[in-house]
Amino acid sequence: MAQRKQLRVGNQWLYADDAERLLRDAIRIRDQEEQRHRIEGHVQPWWKRYVFSTDHKWIGLQYGFTALCFLLFGFCLMILMRLQLGWPGHAFSLMKILGENRAPGGVLLPEAYNQLGAMHGTIMVFLAIVPLAVGAFGNYVVPLQIGAPDMAFPKLNMISYWCYLPGGLVMLSSFALKDGTANSGWTSYAPLSVIATKGQTFWLFGMVLLITSSLLGSVNFIVTIIQLRAKGMTFMRLPFFVWAQLVTGFLLLLAFPPLEAAAVLQLMDRVAGTSFFLPSGLVISGQQLHNAGGGNPLLWQHLFWFLAHPEVYVLILPAMGIVAEVIANNTRKPLWGYRSMVGSVIFIGFMSFVVWAHHMFLTGMGTLISAFFQTTTMIISVPSVIILTALFISLYGASIRFTTPMLFALAFLPMFGIGGLTGLPLGLVTADLHLHDTYYVIGHFHYVVAPGTIFAMFAGIYYWFPKATGRKLNDFWGRVHFWGSFLCINGVFMPMFAQGLAGVSRRLYDGGIQYAHAKAIAEQTNPFMSISAIGLLVFQVPFIFNFFANVLAAMRGKKNVDDNPWQATTIEWAATTSPPLGHGNFAVLPVVHRGPYEYNCPECTTTDFVPQHAEIAAVPPPGGGMLPEAAVAQREM
Amino acid sequence: MDAHAEAHEHVLEIPYTVHPRPDTGLYNAKLGIWLFLASEVMLFGALFSSFILIRTAAPVWPRGWEFLNVPLATANTFILIASSVTVVLAWANLRLGNLKWGRIFIALTLVCALAFLVNKGFEYTHEFKEHRFPSTSNFLAIYFTMTGLHGLHVLGGVIVFSYLLLPGAKMWKTDRARYTNRIEVCGLYWHFVDLVWIFLFPSLYLM
Amino acid sequence: MAQEQLVQPTAPTDGMPVPKSEVQDEHTHGGVHDPNLHHSPEQIKKEIRVYLIVFGALAVLTALTVYACYGLKMPVHIAIGIALVIACTKGFLVAGFFMHLLSEKKLIYSVLSLTVFFFAVLLWGPWHHFVDMIGK
Repeated sequence: MAQRKQLRVGNQWLYADDAERLLRDAIRIRDQEEQRHRIEGHVQPWWKRYVFSTDHKWIGLQYGFTALCFLLFGFCLMILMRLQLGWPGHAFSLMKILGENRAPGGVLLPEAYNQLGAMHGTIMVFLAIVPLAVGAFGNYVVPLQIGAPDMAFPKLNMISYWCYLPGGLVMLSSFALKDGTANSGWTSYAPLSVIATKGQTFWLFGMVLLITSSLLGSVNFIVTIIQLRAKGMTFMRLPFFVWAQLVTGFLLLLAFPPLEAAAVLQLMDRVAGTSFFLPSGLVISGQQLHNAGGGNPLLWQHLFWFLAHPEVYVLILPAMGIVAEVIANNTRKPLWGYRSMVGSVIFIGFMSFVVWAHHMFLTGMGTLISAFFQTTTMIISVPSVIILTALFISLYGASIRFTTPMLFALAFLPMFGIGGLTGLPLGLVTADLHLHDTYYVIGHFHYVVAPGTIFAMFAGIYYWFPKATGRKLNDFWGRVHFWGSFLCINGVFMPMFAQGLAGVSRRLYDGGIQYAHAKAIAEQTNPFMSISAIGLLVFQVPFIFNFFANVLAAMRGKKNVDDNPWQATTIEWAATTSPPLGHGNFAVLPVVHRGPYEYNCPECTTTDFVPQHAEIAAVPPPGGGMLPEAAVAQREM
Repeated sequence: MDAHAEAHEHVLEIPYTVHPRPDTGLYNAKLGIWLFLASEVMLFGALFSSFILIRTAAPVWPRGWEFLNVPLATANTFILIASSVTVVLAWANLRLGNLKWGRIFIALTLVCALAFLVNKGFEYTHEFKEHRFPSTSNFLAIYFTMTGLHGLHVLGGVIVFSYLLLPGAKMWKTDRARYTNRIEVCGLYWHFVDLVWIFLFPSLYLM
Repeated sequence: MAQEQLVQPTAPTDGMPVPKSEVQDEHTHGGVHDPNLHHSPEQIKKEIRVYLIVFGALAVLTALTVYACYGLKMPVHIAIGIALVIACTKGFLVAGFFMHLLSEKKLIYSVLSLTVFFFAVLLWGPWHHFVDMIGK
């Protein structure tokens, strides 16, 4: 038998004479499928296009819209809590929407207050901000910014949204239960949560779904950023936002599974009667609990905070990324210290895994381990300060465009600064003895997350809205939204520091007036804070109207800006026209020639910016870039 | 406009689904599965961490073989190891262009996985008959939780390999390199499930 | 069945000498760094032998650990030691050969070393808290 020649095609070994035939067959079948696809493409059912879409842009919008709804819902829960805290025991007709069993005659019951508190925290963190920061902005912007045709695994992307939404609905559905929702705080500390009412089981189920969603999403993000970068898009040319998302991806990937494990263990405790988190000899309401015992309640805290501290950085890193993009664009300068910012963000990501037990200084940890976590906590503040400083220095000497997104981004800097710096005393064991579980803690992390992250999210919404719709949000109402929110949100959270220093504990149904040491300050500050909170709600109304009016106009096909309204350098603005329609991002995959923030650089001649993909600096880019006249006209306006 | 649409069609395709990206040397799914496995390491890591903590704290701890069925579990260990071998053999055969043997080995993997689950079912029913439940003791709680979660992973593998054996194998005709990659990636997952069992088996049955 | 026919001729018949590979298709440029793509049919066959040897080793180690810990009813400390050493060896074999980690890309190594580090931290934290408790 004559020897047959073998050759390799991809990872396959074929005989040469077969290879040709196989190739022909493959091409024929693929052509047929493509033909079918093309025909079906036009008659694709609506549910495939809009409900189970695999297009990252549409999924990003789905995430964004859902997360904004949850954000508003979580915010309304807070309004109810603030009503109770401002005027404890007072009857409000608004409260009656909670039903007779939660607020008889409009007076909130303590049990119901606990439910509101637990759900407010859970919804805000897991259903609103993470999906908004990662699911929405990450999905929509990252593939566009790196020049990718889509996410690496589009179907997985769709599945991850469809784990998130049911997870959220499972949690919300527990409001319909007779005993109400989970009421053991957003941290669900054992053993309280194990013996809590049925709502906690829903909370755990919902959590398992949400974690699964985040896991699938994070795998997708990391692979997309590492594998699908366009030609020339080296790591050091990535926009800072993409870096932030990459590190966030790793945090989600490695920090969430321990909570998933913990949720499974707590589910077993509640459903199968095990004692993972139940110690021996537990007495509840004078009755000894009949269980195997021997469990460890602190184990829950460890597993929970092993997730939840990196989670804090999941909340803040994408926000930093958005702020960096907006600041670079509106200062018309390259970011100061881009490399050190990237180094810092990686270092934060790494360190965030070894600080978790600073939430547990009061659980009787030994001095050695306490000292360890105190040290790591102090260390992790350094890179955060570096990033913030770099952003501040970026402002220096710039002729700043005070656009609405820029206002929110600028407000982020001091707000996050306050939130971050007030965290330092909490990271020191001795100071934490006094401050632990007081309103000081609430003030601290709300400054990081509310006027910090949420303001950055607003900056992102105002900044990328033209990309998604072809319209800019109204500037005047944007400013009303900003200044109103800025004043009110500080009115809500600033007094919390004073309360906390005075020793007012968190999670108190009446805001502390039953305690002698807390009565005076609680009565002085709580009504003011509650009024500020209502003001905050009022100032969201212009945003909601502004948002929907422009979305509706965009749906009617009315555009009011061109494809690169902010004269930005990053390549999401060079993708298909705004709004981008359907699958496929770029008419031609872009080739990247320079770093992300080439504003007012030596190469700039006709415009003050050079897009990353522009081949020759002087000529504006094809497919999305501005014409020079238009750019000049815009700037003179 | 037509040319534009055509270009669109062209860049719709996601790069590196089959062939590795030159600078990383990996195709997307391979990086994806390793990241997924990294998260799985943390998932089972948290469970092992809980196990260690509860066991060190317990005044007495039973030896697994006092009431668990070690011979059956040993058989299960052999079965799972064998299934790991059949997966790599399937992959190797597909790389040699041999679908027939590739599919035979995938089928063998499936058989092993199902046998493992059936055995596990026998073990569970035996425990339940003896009135040993997760709530009985912390040892049993850990035993049922960890083997249960591992069993779910085996079930996941069964679903994936059934798909690849039957409807998924159609891809061999259009894109055999990609099909081969799929087997490699699912194989990596399967080996991980095996790896978890390699640690679970002695920790629960022998220590 | 058409499927089988399609690939039948491509299956290497046993005993037939397989010529040295000729890398010549345009798809491989991306795979230059991928050792798995560099394997010739002979190398793949060699791999198969390695897999079978590893299988044997795993089977022997399993028998050994069951015999030592269960058959001999070793005291618990020794049993833990033996079982862990053997389990780690088996784990190394599975990861190194079946998951071909021994010839993997740098990127995978970095992801996994990060994971292993955090895994270790996760094992250490709660345990250290337990042994270093105030008032214990």
